[in-house]
Amino acid sequence: MATSAQANHNRQYLTFMVGNEEYAMDILKVQEIKAFTPPTAVPNTPSYIKGVMNLRGTVIPILDLRLKFKQVDPQYTKFTVIVVANLRNKVIGLVVDAVSDVLEIRDQDVEPPPDLVSDAQTAFITGMTAISDRLVMLMDVDQVINPEALPMVGAGSPAEGEPDEEVEPECLDA
Amino acid sequence: MSRTILIVDDSPTMRDLVRHTLTDAGFAVIEGANGQEGLKKLEGQKVDLIISDVNMPVMDGITFVQRLRGLPSCKFTPVLMLTTENQASKKDEAKKAGATGWVVKPFSPEQLRGVIGKVLP
Amino acid sequence: MALDLKRLLGTFLEEAAEHVATLEDGLLRLESGPVDQDLVDSVFRAAHSLKGGSATLGLGSIASLTHALETVLDGIRRGDLASTTQRVEVLLRATDALRSLLGAAASDDDPGLDVAPLVAALEGVSGKESPPAGAVGAVEEPEDATPAAEREVEVVFVPQPEFFLKGMDPLLLLRDLAAAGQQVQVTAHLDELPALDRLDPEQCYLGWTVRLTTAVSMSGLRDLFMFVEDDCRLEIRELAAVEATTPAAFEDAADPQASRPAVSEPANGGARGGKNPAGTVPVATSIRVATDKLDRLVDLVGELVIVQSMLNQTVSDFSMDRLVQLQEAVAEMERNTRELQERVMSIRTLPVSTVCSRFPRMVRDLGAALNKSVAFQVAGGDTELDKSVIERLGDPLVHLVRNAVDHGIEDRAGRLAAGKPEQGTIRLSAAHRGGKVVIEIRDDGKGLDKDRILAKARVLGIVDHEQELPDEQIWSLIFHPGFSTVERVSDLSGRGVGMDVVKQTIDALNGTVAIETERGRGTCFRITLPLTLAILDGLCVRVREQIYVIPLIAIVESLRLRATDVRVMAGRKEVMAVRGQALPLLRLDRRFQVHAGARLEEAPSPWALVVIVESEGTRVALLVDDILGQSQVVIKSLEANFRRVEGLMGATILGDGRVALILDVHALARRDQPGAGGPAKRMESDERQVSA
Repeated sequence: MATSAQANHNRQYLTFMVGNEEYAMDILKVQEIKAFTPPTAVPNTPSYIKGVMNLRGTVIPILDLRLKFKQVDPQYTKFTVIVVANLRNKVIGLVVDAVSDVLEIRDQDVEPPPDLVSDAQTAFITGMTAISDRLVMLMDVDQVINPEALPMVGAGSPAEGEPDEEVEPECLDA
Repeated sequence: MSRTILIVDDSPTMRDLVRHTLTDAGFAVIEGANGQEGLKKLEGQKVDLIISDVNMPVMDGITFVQRLRGLPSCKFTPVLMLTTENQASKKDEAKKAGATGWVVKPFSPEQLRGVIGKVLP
Repeated sequence: MALDLKRLLGTFLEEAAEHVATLEDGLLRLESGPVDQDLVDSVFRAAHSLKGGSATLGLGSIASLTHALETVLDGIRRGDLASTTQRVEVLLRATDALRSLLGAAASDDDPGLDVAPLVAALEGVSGKESPPAGAVGAVEEPEDATPAAEREVEVVFVPQPEFFLKGMDPLLLLRDLAAAGQQVQVTAHLDELPALDRLDPEQCYLGWTVRLTTAVSMSGLRDLFMFVEDDCRLEIRELAAVEATTPAAFEDAADPQASRPAVSEPANGGARGGKNPAGTVPVATSIRVATDKLDRLVDLVGELVIVQSMLNQTVSDFSMDRLVQLQEAVAEMERNTRELQERVMSIRTLPVSTVCSRFPRMVRDLGAALNKSVAFQVAGGDTELDKSVIERLGDPLVHLVRNAVDHGIEDRAGRLAAGKPEQGTIRLSAAHRGGKVVIEIRDDGKGLDKDRILAKARVLGIVDHEQELPDEQIWSLIFHPGFSTVERVSDLSGRGVGMDVVKQTIDALNGTVAIETERGRGTCFRITLPLTLAILDGLCVRVREQIYVIPLIAIVESLRLRATDVRVMAGRKEVMAVRGQALPLLRLDRRFQVHAGARLEEAPSPWALVVIVESEGTRVALLVDDILGQSQVVIKSLEANFRRVEGLMGATILGDGRVALILDVHALARRDQPGAGGPAKRMESDERQVSA
């Protein structure tokens, strides 16, 4: 039984747009926000990993959430931003269409995730909430990059029945 | 103002142990790795107690005690020898050289504090 | 207050490692040479320190083992015992056991080692029974030590005149005595006290008679004066007994005679401040650095700060006429930074001898087991390498040296028959050469057998039966996984580490290994390593818009390519003819599929640049658009925030802030081997089809 203190617990979130959808992530995981600059492409990586970038002397991977969420042909405009997130001691950059706001969302206002959420997103949408007639989906960013955190090279090929599993591809003969 | 203890022992572990025990007990601790370093430290500052090992390179404990008793500032400073020897001979030698008392290794922090209590007010 | 025992353990283990090294070194030298008193003393002290520290930390097995060890060494030190081979053998075995126990203590494992047999063996060679560790060698108390009933006791305590010179304060003794009982009456003896003008303040003229009611035993009371027994007159006698309901227990302020184990925690378990949840106790690694190195660093950083603020100032109100100042400030900054870089790197370096300090022992033992006589020599042991390189180099070097003893050096008869001295020699030499470190392991054994290696390779299918290979490539075959031409897998060098692992480790260190061998004369393994893992000498090249860095160590040459130099083999693979040799041509843009959408040309333009790289005797030609120049780059790990990527060994940040990828030549060359996989493809997640 949740105590009233827990239910009233406010957390701060950074809200951002990926395509036409609005998401929210734990502000404590956000290290900084940068304008998008093209990263250095890295071979042997899934397409939603755009490459790597220099962040004050550290090389960090850049993940395009729009590609990750199966958007076709994302644009890179002057509003495109990279959200630099610090996840379990790995620093990564996430490309999003725009950053909206920092909001306080109370736990009690969070509903379970909608059924409409596509398979691509299921693992990391942890809930949703309504904010002045907009629907905002709460994202657990750790889950987004989870498989990427595995330092294995040549991990197995995608499992059957899970076409969107983000497993590192083995190099295949042409 | 806290009192200062000089620990002289070639074993970093022993020095660490003594230093931790004594700083916890509110003393300031300075160190030397052998008799010669100990003497150097004593030239620079007045200490309230000296704890020294017996077996050390460069200058052993017995020689160290003999020499330090020659320093005006250390004429009456209590000196405890650390020894693993259980033979009476080493303790005798230490006393003859001018040591006040001894602590036999291995000792627990409580034991060390106890012996120090005997020689320091 | 709880001590930070974990940290203390860390300090002890560090110290212990040095002592064990001293022990082993010293013992080996004692065995082979005359008794050098200084040497013996230092070996004894090492054992002595180990004993003290381990006992204090409650490491029971280590304490009892070192105690027995110390006893024997004490005998040798005094000249009572000789350093015979048999005796040294036992001592060496004990040292080995110590090493295992210490290693177990470091990782909080159960060593599973029973030291009792070794202790017995040590006692056996000590010529006498050694007293058990921690036993009381103290004088037997003639008086009854059990607490007595309450009674009145009289203590007469008269210090000698020179009493103060031993640093003891009589008042403290009186205080302790008073605390031991009640109804204390003190009478001072003033008879010896002279007039003030004759009084020497450094002498003690006083004595005291103290009466008190106490339940403390006679020996307990005497104990209070333990330190000063020889410096005073002490008489203790009981007067009338006093009725008491219960005997008061006398609480010792301290019992310096450690007739009981000192540390209350049980051995091994509690001494380490609890396990960490993962089940292992990580002991932080550390390194000893000379303080003057650090001092100079502090100075340098100070200078850097000054130059930095100069720069700031110049930039903040900058105008073009101050350009020269700006340039000078920047140049100064660069000088300081470079020196800082060198000095910081030099802090992390350790001499090569750190790795091979145990080799003489290992070679001796191995040789003895194989009935061979082998000596081990080191040249240039003080050549310095980065700490992390040294740590990873250990295993490969061990394997190479063991290999040399096992397979290289012939047995005694064989050597004599070949006209060689009976004793074989393995020589490890290390030197800095042109910004790199070269380590050679050379033996005067029988050399590699080319035909056997080739035959084995053919049997294993690594090499086609009719294929002829140049010598360098034949020797390289021994690094192939699964390769071993020796029929019996010798217990000594065949386990775990193989030549292929040696090669991999050296590759991972960005180094190379070359083999020189002559039948009947011997073999030499030459390992070339960069000075540090963090910095690489590389060639920057441009492929389309991407910049890549190729490690200089892997580059053979660069050429201009003409369209006519390219042939197509087997319908797919392009090769380039270079001085009669056909080298596979690798198009990086295709290999890395950097611009998946870009149109890929089928043939290079009439003129293009090619960089020829080599790995393990295999050469590959890399097609690039431009060569930008050589530079020293700092290697940034891809794994830190991302993961290891096949074909890349890291990234670096260029002067303009862009990230450039550093190529893993070895991986690229391997992929192009006949039979190996083709170029990698960039995976489009929507392209991956999963069979339903």
